[in-house]
Amino acid sequence: MCGIVGLYLKNSALQGKLGALFAPMLIEMADRGRDSTGIAIYGDEVDDSHVKLTLQHEDINFDWPAVVAALEKGVGAPVDWFQNAGAIVAKVKGDGTAARSLLSSEFPDVAVRSIGLSIEILKDIGSPEAISEKFNIPGMKGTHAIGHTRMATESAVTTDGSHPFSTGYDLCLVHNGSLSNHNRLRAYLKKQGIVFETMNDSEVAAGYVMWRMQQGKSLEEALIAALDDLDGFYTLTVGTRDGFAVVRDRIACKPAILAETDDYVAMASEYRALASLPGIKNARLWEPEPGEVYAWGHTAHEGISRQELELA
Amino acid sequence: MSEYDLQKVSIREVNQALHDLTDGANDTEITISNPGGMHNIACGVDSPVSVKIDGHTGYYCAGMNKLANIEVNGNVGTGVAENMMSGTVRVRGNASQSAGATAHGGLLVIEGDAAARCGISMKGIDIVVKGSVGHLAAFMGQSGRMVVCGDAGDALGDSLYEARLYVKGKVKSLGADCIEKEMRPEHLEELKALLDAAGMDEDPKAFKRYGSARQLYNFKVDNMSAY
Amino acid sequence: MTTQRPGLRESALFNRDVIHDIQHAAETGIYDIRGFGAKRPVPHFDDLLFLGASASRYPLEGYRERCDTNVILGTRYAKNPIELDIPITIAGMSFGSLSANAKEALGRGATEVGTSTTTGDGGMTPEERGHSKKLVYQYLPSRYGMNPDDLRKADAIEIVLGQGAKPGGGGMLLGQKITDRVAQMRNLPKGIDQRSACRHPDWTGSDDLTLKILELREITDWKVPIYIKVGATRTYYDTMLAVKSGADVVVLDGMQGGTAATQDVFIEHVGIPTLAALPQAVEALQEIDMHRKVQLIVSGGIRSGADVAKCLALGADAVSIGTAALIALGCNHPQWQAEYEKIGSSAGFYDDYQDGKDPAGISTQDPELMKRLDPKAAGHRLANYLRVLTMETQILARACGKSHVHNLEPEDMVALTIESAAMARVPLAGTSWIPGQ
Repeated sequence: MCGIVGLYLKNSALQGKLGALFAPMLIEMADRGRDSTGIAIYGDEVDDSHVKLTLQHEDINFDWPAVVAALEKGVGAPVDWFQNAGAIVAKVKGDGTAARSLLSSEFPDVAVRSIGLSIEILKDIGSPEAISEKFNIPGMKGTHAIGHTRMATESAVTTDGSHPFSTGYDLCLVHNGSLSNHNRLRAYLKKQGIVFETMNDSEVAAGYVMWRMQQGKSLEEALIAALDDLDGFYTLTVGTRDGFAVVRDRIACKPAILAETDDYVAMASEYRALASLPGIKNARLWEPEPGEVYAWGHTAHEGISRQELELA
Repeated sequence: MSEYDLQKVSIREVNQALHDLTDGANDTEITISNPGGMHNIACGVDSPVSVKIDGHTGYYCAGMNKLANIEVNGNVGTGVAENMMSGTVRVRGNASQSAGATAHGGLLVIEGDAAARCGISMKGIDIVVKGSVGHLAAFMGQSGRMVVCGDAGDALGDSLYEARLYVKGKVKSLGADCIEKEMRPEHLEELKALLDAAGMDEDPKAFKRYGSARQLYNFKVDNMSAY
Repeated sequence: MTTQRPGLRESALFNRDVIHDIQHAAETGIYDIRGFGAKRPVPHFDDLLFLGASASRYPLEGYRERCDTNVILGTRYAKNPIELDIPITIAGMSFGSLSANAKEALGRGATEVGTSTTTGDGGMTPEERGHSKKLVYQYLPSRYGMNPDDLRKADAIEIVLGQGAKPGGGGMLLGQKITDRVAQMRNLPKGIDQRSACRHPDWTGSDDLTLKILELREITDWKVPIYIKVGATRTYYDTMLAVKSGADVVVLDGMQGGTAATQDVFIEHVGIPTLAALPQAVEALQEIDMHRKVQLIVSGGIRSGADVAKCLALGADAVSIGTAALIALGCNHPQWQAEYEKIGSSAGFYDDYQDGKDPAGISTQDPELMKRLDPKAAGHRLANYLRVLTMETQILARACGKSHVHNLEPEDMVALTIESAAMARVPLAGTSWIPGQ
């Protein structure tokens, strides 16, 4: 049970203000959950000979230089990195495979929160106010961001159990609702090789999307398939390298609202999260229809719902 | 004439002021500005006052309204006018899900579209929607009337009791035990009165009427598939 | 009953009851709907014993030294919390399932001993409001009879998410009981089968519930406590979420809790016993430092002062009774034996509340049957019973050296069986062993 917000900037002139626009949206969703908070922010893209990893450790005084040194040695190239509270963002040469296997063998306590050219996932236990301050979200720049405030239902309140969940390169998922068949589905996905860190139902939704895309499905196809395979009540928002996608289950009890102007596309669980956005009074506002997938992106058809898309 | 700016005063203060109004109060025109999608604005009003809200509101705007005439110049969130008893609520924009849920009386006018479950479990309210309604409109509707000038989504009037539905546009599908019914002169008259009350310039003859087939009123094993 | 001849062997699996059920299903095509609560044996408070004081502790003198029983409910946010003289309240039961006289009797009995009673699905009747000093107004998915005037007349609001007899299910009131008055209160056609919703129509999930609670507080100007009632299932999480959503009081109804009319399969196969649920709720409250700050009311199979004392010892602030209260009014009384037999039942077995033919005039809307219940006399019987429960609770508390019944602790008890030891999280008698710890 949670609050979701997303902001995708169509007007690149606003990119310097992404965090300043986005942080109030996140904070406005505190009533929907303040157990933990997380964001995925996209921007500062690396060239495709590199990947960007967001790593996190629960010890605030953790020896990150040692990790970076090991990574530099492992990939044989310098690593550009910076620290943000308990997390670091490291730009590593290669596709990330070597870096990840090195981390899991030498630094098993380090959590890999995200991997991709653009994505950074920052999350922790605490209210949106606290997390926004902790990671200085208002100061962030970028192209788009999605965020999540969590009221934990059946799984533990931990940083691992916080949203967003990474679902692959530059992909992540946030969820509001409650899945009713996630245990059986988790077991099935584990057999297919998907790794889970928590007992969280939302992580299963994330793992499901990852699995479908590994099978070669597009994001939209994966989400359409999810409508049949994920039982329960949900609004899912998936962050992508160049936008985000939104889908609600067919009963559609969990709220979602979308807004679009010439400058941005925004989504939130409730309108009040959008109220602080510039030009919102004249924005086109609508609720996603039940069981339909909406997606935006630079490469996708901007602002056009893909509700007609059928699984091949 | 009072004005409240929700950027400056809290919802609590505004609602308390509205609740403190009694019959015969002089202050019968209230304006609320900067609602910013906040919840529970003007809920539980119990006097014949006029409340104008300038902007979008969140959940349960005008919830359990009695007697008051409440107008929202914007969109409303979940459960606008839920459990309304009497009075009028007019929404100039769109309404989110469960508009007019379980409401017993009064008139709810939505000039835009209404999302899912509009009029769910309605118990006597009249709802007039200028645009379209989402799925499961009037789900388990017990009594009252619903008029939809646009289209209706899936499962219109599912498990309907005695609420009467009028739809001008397309109906995506009818819910269990909901059927199209003959439009007799008394229905045209009723619909005309509802459209007039809502200030909608529509031809009653362009509408179709839907109601309960009353097949699920008492359990019959032959209706198994509908349960 | 057929006598068994030697050599005839009844199947434990397909016994006569099972065979009857299968035959009934095959003949009618409908499952069994009934009232009352679970009838199967489940681990219960009978499996716990108190450790009275002897040398290491000092008991209080019965009838002379004070042992207080008062309780305050709703101290978290409400301007006007509910103060009760005894920690035993009357659970929500609807007008519709019960007669107006029965509702009045519940109000009279509760008021006589300084405790609260509760409305049910179908709204508030003037009879029960008039005769209940403290009345809790249930806010249910169906919202039958729900209106803001009654809401403001209530001393507390109980948002019902579920019920012990049927967590996850809605209500059911069969056509026989939808009389003119019931139909009018519920805005329904007379004589239909009324199926109540299982989910609230305008919110889904604890995040939305937070906003719904705020609406109810706004409408009532933050005066009255807001309870959240859940059927016992995933109790640890449900308690946690009720508190996060902003409840003042959590009402926890175990699987033995009664119902007016529910599928037998639901009553017997969904939910967990009260004994198993209560420690989970207390654990959740303690974990978020809300034990005693958000009060906990427990119901589902409370019969005696021993049950009350054990609930309090495990951490409840109060208990609630339903079935036992109806029995105190006169339900299943042997004086109606001949009549019970006429409708195929017997005193002590009657559970067909759904039929509305209750010979005792309690679970009925038949005007002639209703007259059999004198609300004053029945109310007084209930008051007597509540007094007995209270005194029994005090006897046990004094024996454990407590000057307030709320000072009973889990450590005052031991368990007779491994099952109850594991569920109640108290040691098996004579050992220091708590299974699972």
